[in-house]
Amino acid sequence: MSGHSTYEPKTGFERWLDVRLPIIRMAKDTAIDFPTPKNLNYWWTFGGILAVCLVIQIVTGVVLAMHYVANSAMAFNSVEHIMRDVNHGWMIRYIHANGASMFFLAVYMHILRGMYYGSYKAPREVLWLLGCVIYLLMMATGFMGYVLPWGQMSYYGAVVITNLFSAFDKVIPGVGTAITTWLWGGFAVDNATLNRFFSLHFLLPFMIAGVVGLHIWALHVPGNNNPVGVEVKSKEDTVPFHPYYTVKDGFAILVFLLLFSWFVFFAPEAMGHADNQVPANPLATPTHIVPEWYFLPFYAILRAVPDKLFGVLGMFGAIAMLFALPWLDTSKVKSMRYRPTARWFFFLFVAATIGLGWCGGKLPDDVVLPVGRDAVTGEATGFTVVMLSQTLAIYYFAYFLVILPALGLFEKTLPVPENISTPVLPKGGAAMPSGAAASPEKKG
Amino acid sequence: MQFGQSIQTKLSGLIAAIAVGSLALLPVAAHAKTNEKEPMEVHFSFEGPFGRFDQAELQRGYKVYAEVCSACHSMNLVSYRDLAAPGGPFYDPKHPVAPAQSPYAKAIAEQYKVPDIDPDTGDTIQRTATPADHFKAPFANDAAARAANGGALPPDLSVMARAREGGPAYIYSLLLGYEEPPKGLTVPAGKYYNPYMAGDMGSYWTGAKTQIPEGGFIAMGKQITASRVQFDDKTPSTVENEAHAVATFLAWTADEHQVERKQTGLAVMLYLFVFTLITYLSYRRIWRNVAH
Ligand code: HEC
Ligand code: HEM
Repeated sequence: MSGHSTYEPKTGFERWLDVRLPIIRMAKDTAIDFPTPKNLNYWWTFGGILAVCLVIQIVTGVVLAMHYVANSAMAFNSVEHIMRDVNHGWMIRYIHANGASMFFLAVYMHILRGMYYGSYKAPREVLWLLGCVIYLLMMATGFMGYVLPWGQMSYYGAVVITNLFSAFDKVIPGVGTAITTWLWGGFAVDNATLNRFFSLHFLLPFMIAGVVGLHIWALHVPGNNNPVGVEVKSKEDTVPFHPYYTVKDGFAILVFLLLFSWFVFFAPEAMGHADNQVPANPLATPTHIVPEWYFLPFYAILRAVPDKLFGVLGMFGAIAMLFALPWLDTSKVKSMRYRPTARWFFFLFVAATIGLGWCGGKLPDDVVLPVGRDAVTGEATGFTVVMLSQTLAIYYFAYFLVILPALGLFEKTLPVPENISTPVLPKGGAAMPSGAAASPEKKG
Repeated sequence: MQFGQSIQTKLSGLIAAIAVGSLALLPVAAHAKTNEKEPMEVHFSFEGPFGRFDQAELQRGYKVYAEVCSACHSMNLVSYRDLAAPGGPFYDPKHPVAPAQSPYAKAIAEQYKVPDIDPDTGDTIQRTATPADHFKAPFANDAAARAANGGALPPDLSVMARAREGGPAYIYSLLLGYEEPPKGLTVPAGKYYNPYMAGDMGSYWTGAKTQIPEGGFIAMGKQITASRVQFDDKTPSTVENEAHAVATFLAWTADEHQVERKQTGLAVMLYLFVFTLITYLSYRRIWRNVAH
């Protein structure tokens, strides 16, 4: 798909540059002419949305860093100073804080899109793996960013997560403790921890930007997957990226920005937690420590396992599943449109993950379905949040480790269309009026 | 889009909706250690995208803070000039750009003496506050604050309205919520019972374990009483008016730029909406000859 460039340098300068650094050629080939399947639906707009999110986080983050003070005695007040005294500081900070949530919302849509339409299958495994790396870096960035305002949740979130590594003391005594001490830069979460988190929180987004470059490169070699999951067969199956997808993505990005702005301007604290407005206090543990919403499913898996070490392994394993997905799914059919059974297991998977997220926000011993009462205390007993988390976590892992590998072997799939154009056209006729794709702006 | 596909899209939407909905319906017998009462149903002028602070009420609220709460609670993040900034209690359109030049901010600041260092001698001195100074704290440090309050630290109130679930409604409810402790509850010395306060009272309760009363103990006694503060605008000094005013004032100190934020937001939303519409029409036009 890539390779045959249509760029013709027009001016003398362009010709001069083209033989030295063909950067205009590259831009035209990848962002203007790039042949893109014509049947992409709105689930495909999240890629562009994610790029916008990354730029927004970097721009607002760099400005915040001009005023923020990474010191355990001053961090909280410096964020308040940004909110009160810096010109439009409240806006920059609320865009950044809500931007993290919007970023994760978009990445989850993007990942689920890939899972439903089989975008991880050959020849796109490397593309998928790079996406998983981006997601991992995003989680590290989001976690460390949340620590920076140094409120109660910042502090105790950092304590809980860094302490997880002490579980490795069970494997080799002393190693876990050594890791936590190394992470903290001391013997507790303190000023040194805050400073390194700031340094890394500043660095990682630029590493994400680098991996995004590789991700797009790996996209442009095989080209886009599409809702029918059949590879592009001819020119009739595609339209040039510009103006077709610039305008479609542009529309989706604007709708996304409307939602984003609603949070920033009218509900800026909706996704925050009241406890994080209280300055960090190592002597007063909050009654209920919860991470941000986008980590809740993994937090639920962590707490579902009674053993700390296996809880930690379960949590990381849940993310590792994504990396292994291309080799776990044995089906030859990409799109779940033609996989009637897999489809239902997929929807169940989405429901289970949302359910895990819900569990992650509750106390483990909360009762979900009361069955009886405790004889001594009189408290309701029955099916608890932990039990629900366990049930859902088992399904989460089974989906990757049992269902997808097995289904590919047994499932009776529906007939897959010949090519992209067939299911799109009313009677499978001619692809489109000739010339329509090449210069739509000149028609009418 | 083909018939079959759109059915499928709708189905998947429906399934997702059912999944989310049924989760929300799960009977949750939350048995957290704390079980405080939900804040009272109380309304404020600044609720919703179009809500705005009532400036007269902000002024009354400042008076309640200055005459009552400031005896114990600091407000370290707010400066006197903020009071006269746009959206603030003493904003005067006649002094739009420099709140520090506002006669109101100057007049208020001049009532206070703040600690400083004499640049000539290096001695610690008390000088008259300027609009740029932050609110004078009632105690020199946390230890002094605790010593004067039976060991409990009165928290800084600057962001209090953001730092508790329920915000201003919680503050209002807490201030008015003091009641006689239920029979069977032993209130420790120096503490008061309040059904809106979070806390674990299990070990102070002699009744059935299933019937632990709602609420917790608080080291702050009842502060809001009728006629505690005389309002300059002749608003009656009822407990409700006093509590409502101070809750409003604390909502402002926790979110000084709220009015500016919402005004900007309306303009941004309108701009984005029009831009989205134009982009959608362009999309329809560009794609009109492509079957997809
Ligand atoms: C006599 C000193 C005193 C005065 C006057 C006072 N408070 Fe307090 N306040 C305290 C103390 C002490 C605490 C800490 C209570 C605790 O931790 O149990 C407190 C706690 C609070 C809390 C936090 C409750 C929580 O959820 O933790 C709020 C809100 C509050 N006060 C509001 C006010 C307001 C508003 C006023 C003015 C109308 C006021 N206080 C006047 C001493 C005082
Ligand atoms: C992948 C992109 C990024 C994500 C997901 C992200 C996420 C976050 C989050 C969740 C917070 C806490 C917000 C709060 O509750 O206050 C935060 C704070 C912060 N971030 Fe980022 N961030 C990103 C990029 C950046 C960059 C590139 C910089 C600087 C160059 C930066 C600088 C800061 C600073 C200074 C703070 C502290 C101020 C504050 O808490 O509002 N961020 N970030």
